[in-house]
Amino acid sequence: MTELFELSAADTAASIAAGDVSAVEVAQAHLTRISATDADVQAFLHVNTEGALAAARAVDDRRQAGEPLGPLAGVPLAMKDVVVTKGLPTTSGSKILQGWIPPYDATITRRVLDAGIVMLGKTNMDEFAMGSSTENSAYQVTRNPWDLSRVPGGSSGGSSAAVAAFQAPLSIGTDTGGSIRQPAAVTGIVGHKPTYGAVSRYGLIAFSSSLDQAGPFGRTVEDAALLHQVLAGHDPMDSTSIPQPGPDVVTAAREGARADLSGVRVGIVTELTGAGGGYQAGVLASFRDAVALLQSLGAEIVEVSCPHFDYALAAYYLIAPSEASSNLARFDSVRYGLRAGDNGSHSLEEVMSLTREQGFGAEVKRRIMIGTYALSSGYYDAYYGQAQKVRTLIAADFASAFDQADVLVSPTSPFVAFGVGERVADPMAMYVNDLCTLPASLAGTPAISVPCGLSEETGPALPVGLQIMAPAMADDRCYRVGAAFEAAYVAANGQILTGAPRLGSVGAGADASRTMTTGADASRTMTTGADGAAR
Amino acid sequence: MPEDRSTLTRDEVAHLARLARLAVTEDELDLFAGQLDVILGAVARIGDVAAADIQPTSHAVPLQNVLRPDAVAPCLPRDAVLAGAPAVEDDRFRVPQILGEEE
Repeated sequence: MTELFELSAADTAASIAAGDVSAVEVAQAHLTRISATDADVQAFLHVNTEGALAAARAVDDRRQAGEPLGPLAGVPLAMKDVVVTKGLPTTSGSKILQGWIPPYDATITRRVLDAGIVMLGKTNMDEFAMGSSTENSAYQVTRNPWDLSRVPGGSSGGSSAAVAAFQAPLSIGTDTGGSIRQPAAVTGIVGHKPTYGAVSRYGLIAFSSSLDQAGPFGRTVEDAALLHQVLAGHDPMDSTSIPQPGPDVVTAAREGARADLSGVRVGIVTELTGAGGGYQAGVLASFRDAVALLQSLGAEIVEVSCPHFDYALAAYYLIAPSEASSNLARFDSVRYGLRAGDNGSHSLEEVMSLTREQGFGAEVKRRIMIGTYALSSGYYDAYYGQAQKVRTLIAADFASAFDQADVLVSPTSPFVAFGVGERVADPMAMYVNDLCTLPASLAGTPAISVPCGLSEETGPALPVGLQIMAPAMADDRCYRVGAAFEAAYVAANGQILTGAPRLGSVGAGADASRTMTTGADASRTMTTGADGAAR
Repeated sequence: MPEDRSTLTRDEVAHLARLARLAVTEDELDLFAGQLDVILGAVARIGDVAAADIQPTSHAVPLQNVLRPDAVAPCLPRDAVLAGAPAVEDDRFRVPQILGEEE
């Protein structure tokens, strides 16, 4: 029997609308699922039990009263903790905001609540979204449901793990350099970074303002599209919000599901297919199979070159820290969050420095200092200014590539999920996770990650993601091609998540060997296996 | 300029930390000096790109003169905002002394 928590968002909404199940039953099923699995996965920083049940009751009442319900009414969702939520703790994964209760909602929070979506809670993340493994959270290390000794990607790793562990059918992440796409890839789910400006940034705790963009996670392309449609749209509260309506991504996903790509030109980017960068062989093999599958659906495959993509990593790791150093200046110990060292003799400046020393983690400090360096007098033109010019060249590479192809494809990440602790000591080893996702971030163009295979190269079978990139404002192409690929992949291989260990089944400890890998932290997964909670 | 960047010293890191209002510890200075140097070395290749005549980019869909109607709207209630502050006095944010003793 299919459990309620296994349904897609689309099927959940349909069941609620038809009266087969109540929104309260759906919410309760997911809250129970979170209780059963989150000691292992640790996806949530805060579970909003009362709020979720109240929101679900409101949906049931509206249905009883015969009011029209939206396409996702009653569907549960997990919200990344970078998004402010009135009355619910919001930390952005940082100790500096521990205990802060926002007095307002982000625009996307309002949109989610107005759609009748049931917010289950707030998910873990790298502090201020700086990271690719969620290990930079000041609170906890989230585990990959495929293998509890590994990371769920980052920075939106709580949101990716929650969806992959069936704790929620939908979640929201934010993507600055790949923080939706890479966690989607390494947990075997779908994640989309919209065109910059398509989704309001009002109420996102800012990391890098010219790059940050919120977007959906789901287990299917259609589910991600349904959530995208709720999130997107012009917002006068965000001066970078695009004042035209975006494309109809839900229709695009449904048309794509017919799995016909006749006449669609798919470009392979030479610079993102393995020369240098340490791509794993298993990732490249899955990618080649994915391209062959796209071709079998009628797509015309062309190879394109984007020479300036080779400079994306350098440009990103100047722009993002520079903007972060400026954005994070707001944490000054005065208006919200932590204050340390205010003993009556320290000056404001000293209190500010002591507060930031105590409240920020190492990666945040590193990036603030890199940004301070790159923006300082005498270096600005050579670093930040030069990086913004390189963005123009990367955008020009995209433009000429999109003359030859309707969409571009690449692996989403050079690697499958890596072990907890494996890359934390070396910042550059962490940064190369973003190699394939950075160009679309810098150009502000949309890109989706769709599961495209499994790799056993580093131990147990782990998911690989296919990145599909499209021109600005053509998010619909990502969904159309993504849905076509998904339909064909699932028809041939079945749903990729059925290959993941089943968490939360009581008495399944005998199968714990599945999670005992060669990872750096194998002892931990053996412990969780031994008490029967994980499988 | 980035190509001939010299090694980042411990003192320079301490200076950056002061500029960024971060009271870093001695141990952190040692750790960060090495790490920041590696990162800056990796990003310095940005200088290899000939981009003198290129305009900078910050948005996929360039927008200009973004204005909204100059209409009066309610702001957040004072008490709701002050509730999140670390220290409050007389309905205001309480701030430590701004001037040091010598100033």
